[in-house]
Amino acid sequence: MTRLAPTFEALKADNRAGLIAYLMAGDPDPLTSLEALKTLAAAGADIIELGFPFTDPMADGPPIQAAAERSLKAGGSLKKALDQLAAFRRENATTPVVLMGYLNPIAHMGEAAFAEAAAKAGADGVIVVDLPPEEDETLRLALSARGMSLIRLATPTTDAARLPAVLSGLSGFVYYVSVTGVTGTAVPVAAQAQEAVDRLKKATPLPIAVGFGVRDEEMAAAIAQKADAVVVGSALVETLAGHPGDAEAALAALSMKTTRLARAVHEARTS
Amino acid sequence: MDPRPADSLPDAQGRFGAYGGRYVAETLMPNVLALEKAYAAAKQDPGFLSEFDDFLSHYVGRPSPLYYAERLTRYFGGAKIYFKRDELNHTGAHKINNCMGQILLARRMGKTRIIAETGAGQHGVASATVAARFGLPCVVYMGAVDVERQKPNVFRMKLLGAEVRSVASGGATLKDAMNEALRDWVAHVADTFYCIGTAAGPHPYPMMVRDFQSVIGREARRQILEAEGRLPDAVVACVGGGSNAIGLFHPFIEDQSVRLIGVEAAGEGLHVYNRHAAALSGGRPGVLHGNRTYLLQDADGQILEGHSISAGLDYPGVGPEHAWLKDTGRAEYRTATDEEALAAFQLCARQEGILPALEPAHALARIGEIAQELGQGGLLIMNLCGRGDKDIFTIADALGAGL
Repeated sequence: MTRLAPTFEALKADNRAGLIAYLMAGDPDPLTSLEALKTLAAAGADIIELGFPFTDPMADGPPIQAAAERSLKAGGSLKKALDQLAAFRRENATTPVVLMGYLNPIAHMGEAAFAEAAAKAGADGVIVVDLPPEEDETLRLALSARGMSLIRLATPTTDAARLPAVLSGLSGFVYYVSVTGVTGTAVPVAAQAQEAVDRLKKATPLPIAVGFGVRDEEMAAAIAQKADAVVVGSALVETLAGHPGDAEAALAALSMKTTRLARAVHEARTS
Repeated sequence: MDPRPADSLPDAQGRFGAYGGRYVAETLMPNVLALEKAYAAAKQDPGFLSEFDDFLSHYVGRPSPLYYAERLTRYFGGAKIYFKRDELNHTGAHKINNCMGQILLARRMGKTRIIAETGAGQHGVASATVAARFGLPCVVYMGAVDVERQKPNVFRMKLLGAEVRSVASGGATLKDAMNEALRDWVAHVADTFYCIGTAAGPHPYPMMVRDFQSVIGREARRQILEAEGRLPDAVVACVGGGSNAIGLFHPFIEDQSVRLIGVEAAGEGLHVYNRHAAALSGGRPGVLHGNRTYLLQDADGQILEGHSISAGLDYPGVGPEHAWLKDTGRAEYRTATDEEALAAFQLCARQEGILPALEPAHALARIGEIAQELGQGGLLIMNLCGRGDKDIFTIADALGAGL
């Protein structure tokens, strides 16, 4: 049973949006990254997206490209990301964790073996950036057989004709990519993101998370007016990377930034 | 260009057996589907096809000659060797066949900006050339390592009005340039046409690039029938992404008597970890840059950078149709090392008075043994897909000669 549905239900009952915080597994090293994962949960992230590294992150901007390079250099891999998640789960059984990355490491492990390993590690869902609905059946079924969700992306270019295909067979939530571009570069226009959330809500009962380019509290709060959750990735990755060689300072900065973002998102509809 | 409705592959999902497909971010999917639709319509439009043919004749300079390499034939003492002289095309390689097709299609689709990736720089030069011809702005992504080793082509692109963006991420070669081009495309979906240089990428690219490049094989087939009155016993081409090879092979696929032989870059040797670029001979299936195909990868599914002296073959993947041709056994794939390619380059220069590019020099490195396997009375065609002018600095360096 996924932890995603109860989390979104609780947020809805409180009439507030959730914060989805992204972290690259193994960045800058396995130990710091595990501490960072705990930090995100402790600082108020409702859901965590745990990236697993890939050499060719075609949909990511410079911050997450650099994070993947640091992780790989420190020995990071899909398998190590699952180990990191399993270690986190020994202390935290409640915060939903969604794995995020590219298809080839999964394909190399094999979809069924990956689903098995991800379930064992304690994942609740998986986002695969370069796996459109047309190609995702094998993985989607392998995940759902083990109680996990394959989270799909909808984008500004997903038109009305295509939307039903993107939404069919889904569970968990829908990830709306708020900019036409790669992660962490362009800045979304809050009004357009809100409009898109309205449009998606008419088409699916699933919760809608909005991300790509959300960097600060103000933007996060604006999007949290309508969206069920707000994703912050590059800004957190950069915060963690802002103190090279000083893990303590990096984790403190990450904690502070996450606390602020979580507060902004949680209080957006009441303040 | 002839429409070839008889071609049954790829299927509607863009698959060649288990290979191909469309593995791209959702932002790009509507674009990829629109491109598929636009290309399907263009392919059936006699106006588009005759415009393409007309530019190939009068601008590119087709048909390229089929040349009997008499001295090399005598040197090896086996089958008769013919070169398909695609290095005589405008801009010096086969790449322009595909650029002409894609940019004519871009115009038809109302796109106003061209982007491309390039390794050796030949596709970048061809893209910049055709973009200039039609007055379209062009941005070419090129790995920083390749910018360094292919300086003449970088300057050529600039002279043609293109903007060359050096890519420093990853190994700073062709695959990284392709990543950056895909990132550009994701950010500029409305106005930009991504002109992919090889028969890889998401469907419909592998099919479309193959179709545009098949002019090579169609001409060669007609020319050899004229010259020899029969089909060749083998057609041979180098394979990086594999566009010149699939262009030569494709019109011969139904001719079961014709062996299709691709030659991959073995760099410092197939047995040297991460120091070759032979995806088919030394890789395994995976997913990269929009398609499922053979890839150089490690035990975690991370992509290896590989190595070849030839920037145009220095790519960890290969077009999905080659993956299918390999698995079905219809085509065979061999390899040539950096050293063998260099030797073949020099041999061809001295024997035939032709400086081949380092890419076809890999195919040249295997034609001696293929000619001997076929024996006297045999007949082979090798695609001399690019000229070597761009490589003289690399070669001087490798031979320890100062320039």
